[in-house]
Amino acid sequence: MTSTLPAVDASGIRRSFGRRRAVDGVDLSLDPGDCLALFGPNGAGKTTLLRVIAGLLKPTAGTVHVSGREVRGDASAREQVGLISHQSMLYGALTARENVEFAARLYGVADPRAAAMAALERIRIADRAEMRVQSLSRGMQQRVSIARSIVHEPSVVLLDEPYTGLDAAGGAALTDMLQVLRAAGAALVLVTHNVDEGLAIASHTAIMLAGKIVRRDICSELDHRAYLAAYRAMVVSGAANVMSAAR
Amino acid sequence: MNARRPPGTLASAWLIARKDLAIEFRTRTAFLSALVFSVLAIATFYFTWDTSVVTAADRAPGVLWVVLTFSALLGLQRSFGLEEHDRAIDALLVSPISREAIYLGKAIGNLAFLVAVQVVAIPALALFYDLRLGRAMAIVAGIVVLAMIGIVAIGTLFSAMAVNTRLAELLLPMLSLPFFVPVLLCGAQAASLVFAGRPMAEAWPWLRILVAFDIVFVVACTLAFPFTLEE
Repeated sequence: MTSTLPAVDASGIRRSFGRRRAVDGVDLSLDPGDCLALFGPNGAGKTTLLRVIAGLLKPTAGTVHVSGREVRGDASAREQVGLISHQSMLYGALTARENVEFAARLYGVADPRAAAMAALERIRIADRAEMRVQSLSRGMQQRVSIARSIVHEPSVVLLDEPYTGLDAAGGAALTDMLQVLRAAGAALVLVTHNVDEGLAIASHTAIMLAGKIVRRDICSELDHRAYLAAYRAMVVSGAANVMSAAR
Repeated sequence: MNARRPPGTLASAWLIARKDLAIEFRTRTAFLSALVFSVLAIATFYFTWDTSVVTAADRAPGVLWVVLTFSALLGLQRSFGLEEHDRAIDALLVSPISREAIYLGKAIGNLAFLVAVQVVAIPALALFYDLRLGRAMAIVAGIVVLAMIGIVAIGTLFSAMAVNTRLAELLLPMLSLPFFVPVLLCGAQAASLVFAGRPMAEAWPWLRILVAFDIVFVVACTLAFPFTLEE
């Protein structure tokens, strides 16, 4: 991918639910191939921010552009996005292959059946392709969900706790796949509570607290152990200023 | 990278309808519920009405519309329930297809569902109420299809609105039934005239109003649908 436009460009994002501001003035810019790990305690606004970037939630203020196109108004921007959530977003009565193939058809992928099988192969679940999703374990369903979200080869992948329910093999397959996507130029936003998982793949990190990004780092410049210890202290105390000690 | 050309509105709608019908064909939960309800309602009305006061043939049109209305609600209830389970709706919303395509796909699926139920219910009605399956029944079936378009247009919209609420099963009929009234009124009047053997010319004014309601409801609900998805 040779585009000079940022893969994701979110500016001044604010999202309120009633009087509560779930996301409060977040700016974010990711280049192709970047991977941002977004950490934060429960209720920090991470999932809301991800849903705003995906175009699922309308921001109260601010704009989100994907490859230069406004995500809410432009279908071609949504075409670039893949979303992996802790909810599977699958139909239990359909088989794994049918679910992924249905997604491929919605994105207009050429030869949707072959693309679906290739996506299932990438996440190492092709042997269960003809099983109904409702008969698969939670971890297997998560793998199918991952295959569904990457079948159209998105240039931006948004991941909300994607490791939930995955066993070691599934987690490893996901990490491998994300590395391959990054190498191909996809930008990733990974929301997770697990700092180790995030740091293993991210190029950048950010910490959200009460709807704001309170700290940003470049992974290559981080002392992982100090970062992890400081992050844990922050989650326990809920105070952003604890993080400054880890710099 | 895969070559991609996202489908247009109608092609996307057809994909969604086909997916819904495939799921219903496999599970048959809503279809069997609606079918059993229809046959039981037809039989119950038959055995509980005094035939010495009102003849079976005079009762049949009323029974038809009651069965149609409530079996439709059973099908509509499940329509967005499918999408809400495990938030499958998010995968549709994040895809490049339009919100209108989602609505039309759901509506086409619901219409096919209702037609399948009525394919069994109408002959059952004819059997119980000793109606001849001739030209009149064919015309009544056509009127029923026209009425179903309006009912499905309204019901699909309200199904999307009600699905996220705690009282979805109560809210859907409460929201939908007042809007069903003009459609049911026109359909019932036209069908009664056909059942009574009156000339078609007498039913035409009702049918014209029914078609007008269908057009208004389909257009208005398609345009309103994207707003029901905003959180």
